Amino acid sequence: MSQAEIHLAPRRPASLGGLGMGWAAVILFALASVLAMPRVPWLADYPAAAELPVADWLNTAMTWVVANFRPVFQAITTLSTVPMGWVRDLLQWLPWSVFMLIMAATAFRAQGVGLALFTALGLIYTLLVGLWPQAMNSFALIFLSVPLAVLTGFLLGVWSFSSPRVERMLNPVLDVAQTVPAFAYLLPILLLFGFGPVVGLVASILFAFPPMVRNTVLGLREVPSTIIEVGQMSGATRGQLFWLVRFPAGLRQILIGVNQTTMASLSMVIIASMIGGTADIGWEVLSTMRKAEFGASLVAGAVIALMAMILDRITFGLAQSEGRTLGQRRFLRRHGFWAAVAAAALLLFLLCPVVPALGAWPHNWRIDLATPLDTAIGWFILTFKPLLEAIKNAALFFFVLPLKIGLDKAVSPFTWGFALQPWHAAVYSVLVLAGAFAASRRGQGALAATILLFGLVLYVGIADMPWPATVAVLVWFGWQMGGMPLAAGTGLALAFLLITGSWDKAMLSIHLTTLGVLAAFLIGTTLGIVAARNDWFSRIMRPINDTLQTMPAFVLLIPIVMLFKIGDFTALLAIVLYACVPAFRYAEHGLRQVSTETVEAATSLGATPMQLLFQVRLPLALPNLMLGLNQTIMYGISMLVITALVGTNDLGQEVYIGLSAGNFGQGFIAGIGMAIIAITADRFCRAWQYNHAAKLQKGAV
Amino acid sequence: MKDQTPDPAARAVKLSCRNLWKVYGTRPEYYFDTAGYAIEVDPLAARMRREAHVPAAIDVSFDVHVGEIFVIMGLSGSGKSTVIRCLSRLVDASHGQVLLDGQDLLAMPPKALIEVRRHKMGMVFQNFGLMPHLTVLENVAFPLRLQGVGLVEQREKAGRVIELVGLRGREGAFPGQLSGGQQQRVGIARSLVVEPDVWFLDEPFSALDPLIRRQMQDEFLRIQKMLHKSIVFITHDFLEALRIADRMAIMRDGKIVQTGTPTELILNPADDYVARFTSEVPRIRLLQAAACAVPATGETSALPQVSADGMAEDLIDPLARHPEGLALRDASGAPRGVVTPASLIAALAALGSEDGHVAG
Ligand SMILES: Nc1ncnc2c1ncn2[C@@H]1O[C@H](COP(=O)(O)OP(=O)(O)OP(=O)(O)O)[C@@H](O)[C@H]1O
Ligand SMILES: [Mg+2]
Repeated sequence: MSQAEIHLAPRRPASLGGLGMGWAAVILFALASVLAMPRVPWLADYPAAAELPVADWLNTAMTWVVANFRPVFQAITTLSTVPMGWVRDLLQWLPWSVFMLIMAATAFRAQGVGLALFTALGLIYTLLVGLWPQAMNSFALIFLSVPLAVLTGFLLGVWSFSSPRVERMLNPVLDVAQTVPAFAYLLPILLLFGFGPVVGLVASILFAFPPMVRNTVLGLREVPSTIIEVGQMSGATRGQLFWLVRFPAGLRQILIGVNQTTMASLSMVIIASMIGGTADIGWEVLSTMRKAEFGASLVAGAVIALMAMILDRITFGLAQSEGRTLGQRRFLRRHGFWAAVAAAALLLFLLCPVVPALGAWPHNWRIDLATPLDTAIGWFILTFKPLLEAIKNAALFFFVLPLKIGLDKAVSPFTWGFALQPWHAAVYSVLVLAGAFAASRRGQGALAATILLFGLVLYVGIADMPWPATVAVLVWFGWQMGGMPLAAGTGLALAFLLITGSWDKAMLSIHLTTLGVLAAFLIGTTLGIVAARNDWFSRIMRPINDTLQTMPAFVLLIPIVMLFKIGDFTALLAIVLYACVPAFRYAEHGLRQVSTETVEAATSLGATPMQLLFQVRLPLALPNLMLGLNQTIMYGISMLVITALVGTNDLGQEVYIGLSAGNFGQGFIAGIGMAIIAITADRFCRAWQYNHAAKLQKGAV
Repeated sequence: MKDQTPDPAARAVKLSCRNLWKVYGTRPEYYFDTAGYAIEVDPLAARMRREAHVPAAIDVSFDVHVGEIFVIMGLSGSGKSTVIRCLSRLVDASHGQVLLDGQDLLAMPPKALIEVRRHKMGMVFQNFGLMPHLTVLENVAFPLRLQGVGLVEQREKAGRVIELVGLRGREGAFPGQLSGGQQQRVGIARSLVVEPDVWFLDEPFSALDPLIRRQMQDEFLRIQKMLHKSIVFITHDFLEALRIADRMAIMRDGKIVQTGTPTELILNPADDYVARFTSEVPRIRLLQAAACAVPATGETSALPQVSADGMAEDLIDPLARHPEGLALRDASGAPRGVVTPASLIAALAALGSEDGHVAG
C-alpha cells in the first residue's frame, strides 16, 4: 500500500507527521503484546476456556440429521445409483472407436479439425496406457453431474436474476460454496448419502453449480437494454421476451458458465475419488501416489490433464462458436453433420464383430510407460539429490521458517550457521527503525508503518504473533481500506477462528498462503512483464498457462512430491506453480492494455526503459495487477487445500483429517475457516480496487 | 409553411399526448395522487427538483397527424427519449394521457398493449438494438416470429422491407459484419416489417457520420413518401429537423418550449433558447420555391418547368442557366407562377428583414 492509496481510503483520521496516530497506536499495541507475551500466557495462546465446542455442536446436529433424514437421502442414493449404473455401463460397453468418434465430432463442431485431432490423440493415449475403463468411469460421473449442475445453476441464476432479494440471499451462499475447500463437502455428503459413487456425484454438483449461477445472472443482465426494448416494441410476451430475446442474447456468457461448471465438476470428481470405491482415474492417481509409484501416477495424471483439456476446449469452443453456426438454418446443413456422425457410429458398431480391435483395444497395443518413467525418475533423483536438498533447505531455512516462527527461533547454528546474539537483535531493530524513519521523513507514513509491522512480524513469526496483536493489525487495516464494514467483517472472521479453536492452524494456513502468493505474484508478474514485451515469449507461455490452469490442482502435486517428498516446501511450490498463472495473465493483459499514446508521450519526455516500466506502464496497469493478485490469492488458497494431501500442518490438513476420521464438525469448521480467510482476502482486494477507482474518478473531476 | 398541401391541421390526429409527465425518483406518484385540482406546472416541477426527483418530462402535449413527421428536438438530457418512451410505453408515464386513434395507451392492459405494439407501432433506436446472434433476415423477421407468422410469410415480408432499405443480398450477414449505416437500415427494416401506422425514431442517425447521415435522411424521406406513416422523430440536429420535419417541438429541461413548423420556429422563436438552435441555419434553407414566385406576366410555356413543392435553394442552379425565369407547377400540374432571379432575391430580402427585427 502506498501512502496515496491509504490517503484516499474512506474515513481516514487525520494523520500526524506522515504516520497516523492510529498506525502508531496499533504498532505500539502489537509491540507491547509481543513484549508481554512471555509473562502473559493468554496473549500467546487464546485461552481454551473461551473457546466454544462448535465442532461438537455441529457433530450433534449432523447426527440428528442423519438419524432423522437418512432414509430420505438413502432414497435419493438408491434412485440415482440406478441411472448412474446405466451411464457407467453404457460407457464401459461402448466400443472405444465409437466413443472417440463422438467426442472428436463434438470437438470438431466446437473448434475444428485441430481440436478433433487433439481429442482423438488424447483418447488414444488413454487406450495406450491401459486406463480406458478408469477414464470411462470418471466420464460417466461427469456426464451425469454436469447436466444436473448446469440445470440447477441455470434455474437458480434465472431466479436470482428476476428477484434481487433472492440474489442478495444467494450471493453469500455462493461465495462460501466456492471457497469452502472441496474436501469439506465430502464428509457430510458421505454421512448423509452413504458410501458409494453417489457421493462424487452430489459433491460435484454442489461444487460445480455456483459458476453457472453467476454466469447466468451476468449473461442475462448484460443484455443491452436496447435489445430488450426492441423485443418489447416488437410485441413480445413475457415468455417470448425471455426465451427469444434475453436468453439467446446472453447465451454466450451462459455457455462460459457451462465451461466453468464442467471444469469444476471434473476437479471435484477427481477429488471425490479419494473416498475410494469408484475405480476411476482419480483413484488411480491417488493410490499409485500413496504407494510412491510415481511413474504410474504421472501416467494417470496425464490422462486427467488430457481429459481436462479436452473438456475445457470443447465447452469453451461451444461458447465461442455460439452465433457463428446459427446462420445455417437449413435442416440438412444443421443436422446433416450429426446424421453423418450417427451413421458412422453405426457403421463402426457393425464393424466391431468383424474387426474386434475396434471394440476392445488389443492388449498387445498397450505400452508400459510407467516402468521407464520410474527408472528415469529414480536416476534423476539420485543424480540431483544434493542439489534438490540444497534448494529445499535454503528455501525452508531462509524464507519459510523465519516468516513462520520468526527470526528469533529460525536463526540457529543448524539453519543459518550461527546462533542469534542479543546484538544481532539490536542491529536488526536499528535497521528496521532506520528504514521506517527514512520512509516517514519522505512523507510516506504508510510505508513506514508497513516496515515497522513487517519487521516485527518477521522477528516474531506469523505463527507466534500474539493473537490480540494480529487481530488489532488486521482489523485496523480493514478499517483503513474499507471502513466499518470491512473492519467488522474482518473482526468477525478472526473471532470465528479464535472461538472455534482454529487460530493456530489458521495462522499456518495464512503463513503458507502469504509466502506462496507473494512468490507466485512476483514470479507471475515478472514473467507477465516479459511476455508483454516479447510476443514470442507470450506465445510460448500461453499453452503452458492453459495447461496449468485447466489441470485439476492435484495432478500438479505429482511431480513436485516426486522431487521434494512431502512437507511444507512441496506445498509451497505447488501453490506457487498453480497461483502464478493468474498473476502472469493479468500482468500481461494489463501491460498490453496501457495506451501506446501515454507510453509515447513519456518516451518523448526522455524516460528510460526502466522509468517507462516503473513509472508509466506498471502504475497504469495497477488495477489489472491487483485483479491478478486477487485471483492469485484465490488460486493459492484452493491449492493450499489440496496440499493437505502432502502433509501440511494447517487448516487444510484439519479438513482432511476430519474427512478421514469421520469427524464432521472438525472438518467442516476448518473448511469454513479456510473459506473465511479466502473471502476476507478477497474483500480486502476489492476494497483496494474500489478505493483506486474512486481515487481516479476524483482525480479526473 | 413547408408542407402546404394538404394542411396538417386538416388531417386526422393519429397520436396525441396530453399533459404528459414522467418523474424519476423514489415516490413519483406522490405528486399526482390528489386528483381534481389543477396542477401548476412550474412550481410543481421546481418542488420535485428540490425533493430529489427528476422531472424528465413536464406537462408535454402535442398531436401527431396522419402521415405527418413530427420532430422533437432538444439538448442532451432535455427529455426527448423520455417522451418517446412514454409514447411507446417502454416506460410508464407518471401522469397524463397518450391517445392512439383515440384509445388511451397508458390505461391499456398488457395484452392489448402487446397487440398494439405488434401491429401499430414501429420503433428505431439510436444504438440499433440488433440481436448479434441473428442474421439480417432473422433480425428483420423477428417481430413476425414473435407473432407466430409462418416461415414462408416471414421470409417474404422481411425480404420486401430489406429490399426497401436497399440491403438486398446481405440477408445472411450478421450485424457484426455490417457498417453502422447498414446496421441502422436493418433497424429501420425491422421496425417497418409489421407495417405499423405509427413510427417512432429515437435519434436514428446520430451514431452515423455526417455523409452517411445525409444519405440515410434522403432514404428515410423516400421511404416516407411511399408509406405515409405518422412519425415521431427525435434528433438534436436542427439541420436534420429542418430537412424532414413537418412540424417540430423544441424541448428544454423536460418542457416543450415551442411547437410549430421549422420555419415558424426560425422566424418567431419563442425565446433565446430556441433562437440559439435556429441561429446557425442559412436563411435560404427555409425558403420554399412557391414563396418566391411572382404571377406570370407573359407566356410561360417556353420557360423550364419545375415543381412548386421544392425548396428555393434547389432553384439557384437552374436559374443560373435560365436567367429568364422558371415556371412553377404544383403536384397536379397547375401553374403556380414564375421565379426569376429578381423575385428570388426579393423573397430572400424580405425573409432577412423579418429575421432582422426578430434578432434585433
Ligand atoms: N431511469 C432513469 N432514472 C433517473 N433519471 C433518468 C432516468 N432516465 C432518464 N433520466 C433523466 O431524465 C432526463 C432526460 O433524459 P432523456 O434520456 O430523456 O434525455 P434525452 O433528451 O433523450 O437526451 P439524449 O439526447 O442524451 O438522448 C435526464 O436528466 C436523465 O438524467
Ligand atoms: Mg435520448
